[in-house]
Formats: sequence, structure tokens, C-alpha cells
Amino acid sequence: MNRIGIIVFAGVCVLFVTSWFLKGSVGDATMTEGFLITLSAFLTLAIMSFLYKDNPYYKFAEHLFVGVSAAFWMTMGFWSTIVGNLIPRISDSLGAWFLQPKGEINYFFLLPIFFGFLLLMRLAPKGGWLSRWPLAFIIGTTAGLNFVRYLRSDFINQISATFVPLVVDWQGFGHFFGNLSLSATGPLVAMVGNFVIFGGVICGLIYFFFSKEHTGWFGTASRIGIWVLMVTFGASFGYTVMGRISLLVGRLTFLLRDWLELMT
Amino acid sequence: MSLSQRKSFSVFPAIQFIIIIALTFVLSVNSFAQEATDDTTSVTSVIIAPPTNLLVEDFEYDDGEKLNLIWTPSIDDQPQVGKVTGYQVFRVTNDDVTTKIAELMPGANNFTDQELDKDSTYSYYVTAIANGAEASSVTTSPISPQREWVNFGLTNLFVIALIIGGAIFYFIEMGKRGKKLFVRKIAGLEAVDDAIGRATEMGRPILYIPGIHDMDDVQTLASLTILGRVAEQIADYDIKIRMPVARSLVMTAARETIKASYQAAGRPDAYSDDMVSYITDEQFGYVAAVDGIMVREKPATVFLLGAFFAESLILAETGNHVGAIQIAGTARPAQLPFFIAACDFTLIGEELFAASAYLSNEPKALGALKGQDVGKIIAAAAIIAGVLLETVIQLTDSESAATLLGYLRQAFTT
Repeated sequence: MNRIGIIVFAGVCVLFVTSWFLKGSVGDATMTEGFLITLSAFLTLAIMSFLYKDNPYYKFAEHLFVGVSAAFWMTMGFWSTIVGNLIPRISDSLGAWFLQPKGEINYFFLLPIFFGFLLLMRLAPKGGWLSRWPLAFIIGTTAGLNFVRYLRSDFINQISATFVPLVVDWQGFGHFFGNLSLSATGPLVAMVGNFVIFGGVICGLIYFFFSKEHTGWFGTASRIGIWVLMVTFGASFGYTVMGRISLLVGRLTFLLRDWLELMT
Repeated sequence: MSLSQRKSFSVFPAIQFIIIIALTFVLSVNSFAQEATDDTTSVTSVIIAPPTNLLVEDFEYDDGEKLNLIWTPSIDDQPQVGKVTGYQVFRVTNDDVTTKIAELMPGANNFTDQELDKDSTYSYYVTAIANGAEASSVTTSPISPQREWVNFGLTNLFVIALIIGGAIFYFIEMGKRGKKLFVRKIAGLEAVDDAIGRATEMGRPILYIPGIHDMDDVQTLASLTILGRVAEQIADYDIKIRMPVARSLVMTAARETIKASYQAAGRPDAYSDDMVSYITDEQFGYVAAVDGIMVREKPATVFLLGAFFAESLILAETGNHVGAIQIAGTARPAQLPFFIAACDFTLIGEELFAASAYLSNEPKALGALKGQDVGKIIAAAAIIAGVLLETVIQLTDSESAATLLGYLRQAFTT
């Protein structure tokens, strides 16, 4: 660490301790609460400092986050999956030892234990190949179960949902042109919407058709398809960015209100 | 006293008497009428008709755990009358234990009883509830839920799966017999060779990120299939690959995949388990670590292929910032805009699944891809037919078109 680094580090330490004592001694707050708010603010700023460049404070926050979360998920996995779901189903006494409510014994649950041990066999010098069996089981069942699920939700039901009429509330050309309106509930807007849905879906399907070169009219339809996709992505981009801005506002509110008390 | 005076004396008391009698009668009648009206009101507020025609039938195509109840609501359950305030459904088991299993709103006429035992029998009755009164239907005969081994309600799904599956097998067979299976160029995948070549020239590592989902996500499976092909090339060029993952099972599968690729490339000695490292399951903990890896190791190429969520833009933007060539792909529509904005090439939706076939050029994978194209033809044809029929119905009120559309909807609804 160079001299500037040491000075900055000392400054950060002084700021941290000052904030801790100030937050801990104001009103009803305890020193523990003061420490936690200061730590939260420090970690928020440390992560945000990545926007400038990689630095020791970001590294500290990153490693702390990774370490704590990895330990948290491991603990959660053990207590919710193994203790919460598995043990009460294979042994009453073991379940009682872990203070779990009595579950219905089902010896099929020995199978995941067996597969779990097989997975761990990759740590053994000669039994590594055994760990492929549970992986094959997981991948095979995933593929099989998802085939039916996706075929229903992403294919068949989407097809019938696209059966839209290209004309809505049709009572002849005279009536249609005599009552033209841009009302959101009017027939003109509904018809334009249905045309966009129909054309967009067909052109989108053509874009994702891989067995034919995208040239000629097929290429034109494919390009329309990708344009429809891009317009959709643009709308989605704006919508999601708005959500992210609200997250940023939430963090800034914490810094300015809860920590610095500059706003009410 | 004159006669007239006597007459008047005799007439007035008589009229008064008649008036008093008449008034008494009218008042008494009125009073009785009031009482009668009150009685009538009281009687109609507490007496309600019960629900009728209660029918219990087996829930179609289940595991023998459900029964369907249908009934005709009480005739007093009408919006204008509004006497019935709800219904209660009671179950009677074969050991004569009665349990209230549901409280329903007025107007309800059906209920599905669930989590039953197929070896027991159940009877039911439904009670209409009013303020201070209730009326029960007749108790039904005992019935047991039945288990069906085949769900014929999904016949259309089976037929469509059979057609697409058949097409896949057909094209695989064609490929095996040596017939060239054409697949159009996919821009993002054309760039894979260049991206790996760039990393070789620059002497920097390749960072491969398979998303944050586990092995039960098809996108992760597709990503690992592409990884197999990419890792083979990496082994050929002797470049370093770095693969941080967010799931332990993905780590295991990725190590197996890369190991197999290195063996296929004839470089088993160059493989190391350290190529794939588990970070954490926590979404943003993982992102923080991967961002750190990017800025510290400065990879020449970043692959972002798999299931991504809110972390997509953070990762893609950091990769862009360190100057890496980025090839991304996901089937999550909400994240594709960020990849398109921040990456050099993006595999959109199904292109991610097509990529493995395209890269491998193997008959099995190519056959599967072409079989899926048959599915797209079916979808397009059905949509065109459905839209035309809907339009004809709007224009002509044609009954035959409505019938045809009904069949079409039935075929494409599950």
C-alpha cells in the first residue's frame, strides 16, 4: 500500500469510527445499531466504488459478501433440505433429535441419499466415474419433465392464444370509415393490435426457422421478425431500467436518510 | 222535548257507536294485518330453500385424490333476493366422521375436494346459509375417487409430441445415412472461432459464465453443451479457461464436460479442476465475484450463455468495460435487451438451444434442430388457419367456421 493508500485508509477508519459513535449516541440508538448502520453504509459505498475502479474496499466487500452468502446458503441447504425435508422422512428418532416435527416415513427418500453419496464419489481417487450417474439422472429427468412442460406452456397454449380476428366488430366499410376513432377500446386500435400480433408472431417464427437460408421473401419476413423482437426488447429495456433506478433510489435513500440524516 | 230533538238525540249516539265500532274494526284489522306482515317477514327471512341436484363425480384423469361436486344453488340465492349468504360443504367419511371442508360465496355451484384417499368412500352434502337459517341438500351416496393410468385429456399433446418426435427421429436417421442437413448460419456462433482465436493471440483467458440456475434449467443444459464444443477448441489452442459458477451441481457437470472435451482434443494432461470454481449461490454475491474476476484477469473473451436474471447487465457491462469480446445468449426475454445492448453477439431465445447443434454438426443434434423446425411449421400453419377462421367468423357469422375453429382450439389447448 502506498502513502496515499495509507492516508485514505486512515481517513476511512476515522470516518467509520466517528459515524459509529455519532449514530450510536443519538437518541435511543444503541452502539450496536450505530455500528450496523455505519457498516451498511460503508459496504454500500465500497460496492459503489467499483464504478470508479477496482480497489481494496470493493475487494473487501466482495469477499465478505461471497463468504457470508456461501456459508448462509450451505447452512440453509443443510437445515432446510437435509434436516427439514429428508431426515423426518427416513427416521423418526433422528428427526426428533434434530427437533423436527414427525414426518411420514417414506423409504424412497433413501434414493437421493444414495445419489448424494455417488456425487461425493468424485472426491475418491478411483470412484470418480460413479458421480456421473446422479448427474445423468438429474439431466435426464430435467429434460424429460421440461419437454412436456414447455410443449404445453410455450408451444401449444401459445398457438391457440394467437388466434385473433383481423377484423373486429365489423359492420361494413361504410360503418368502419364513418366511425374511425383512435380510442383504445375502438375497433381500429384492436384491429391494428391483432395485425401486429399475427404478423409479428409469423415473422418471428420465420426468424427462428433454421432449415432455410434467410433470403428473398423469407429473408424479408425474417428481418421484420427481428425488428419486432428488437422493438419488444427496447420496451422491455426501458421498463426494467426504471425498476433498477428505483433500486438505486432505495439505496441512496438509505445513505441520505438513515445514515446521514440529510432528508426526512 | 220535541220529536226532532228526541230524534237527534237518538241518531247521534247511534252514529257515534257505529263510527267507534268501525274505527275499532279498522284498527284491529290493521293491527292484525301488521302482525301478519311481520310474521310473514320473519318466516321468509329464516326459511330458505336448500341447494338441489347435488352430484359427486370422480375428477377426471387424476391420481385418485380428487372428487368434483356440482349442485344447483338454492332458489333463494339470487342477486335480487340476496337471502343466501354462502354455502358450506360437508364431507362424511366411511367411518361416519363429518367434516366441514369448504365455505363458499353465494352463487357457488361447484367444488373440488382434494387430497383424498382412493381406498376410502366419501359422501357429501351442501348447506345454504342465510342469516340465522340454513338448509341442507340431500347427502349423496358414498363414492371413492378413481385413479386413471392414462390422461386422455392430453391426447392432443401426445399427438403433437409424436409428430415432432417422429420428425426428429426421421432427420437424425437421414443425417446418419449421410444426407447433408442444412442449417442456416447463426451470426453469434460464427463469431465463436474468432473470439477463441482472439484470446489465443492476446494470451488472455476466456471467461465462461453459465448463468445462475441449476442443472434443472434447460438453458444451463444448453450452455454446458456449447461449453463442450468451446472447451474442445480451447484445449486445441491451449488457452486458459475460467468458469465461475453459482451452483455446486453445475460445477460438477461443467468439470465433467471440460474434462471430456480435453480428452477428445487429446489434451487430458492440460485439464485441471481449478478451471471451474464454485463461488456462491447468492445472486449478487456471485455477480460481485465475477465482476472482480473480470477486472483483475481481463479476459479476452466472455461467454454469457444460460439463465440470467438481474445480474445480466452488470456482468455484460463489466465485460464491455474491460474490452472483452462478448458472446451472450439466454432464453429469458427480460434479459435479452441488456445483452443486445452490451455484448458483441447475442443468441436470442432458441438460437441458444440451436447453438449446440450448429457447433457440433453431428447428425443427432442437427436432426433435433430440424425436427423442431417441423414444430414451427405446424405452429405457423395452425396460427394462420386460426386467424383466418376468426376473421371469417367476424365477417360472416359462419357456423361451419365456428365449428372448425372449435376443433382447432381443442387441438391446441391443454
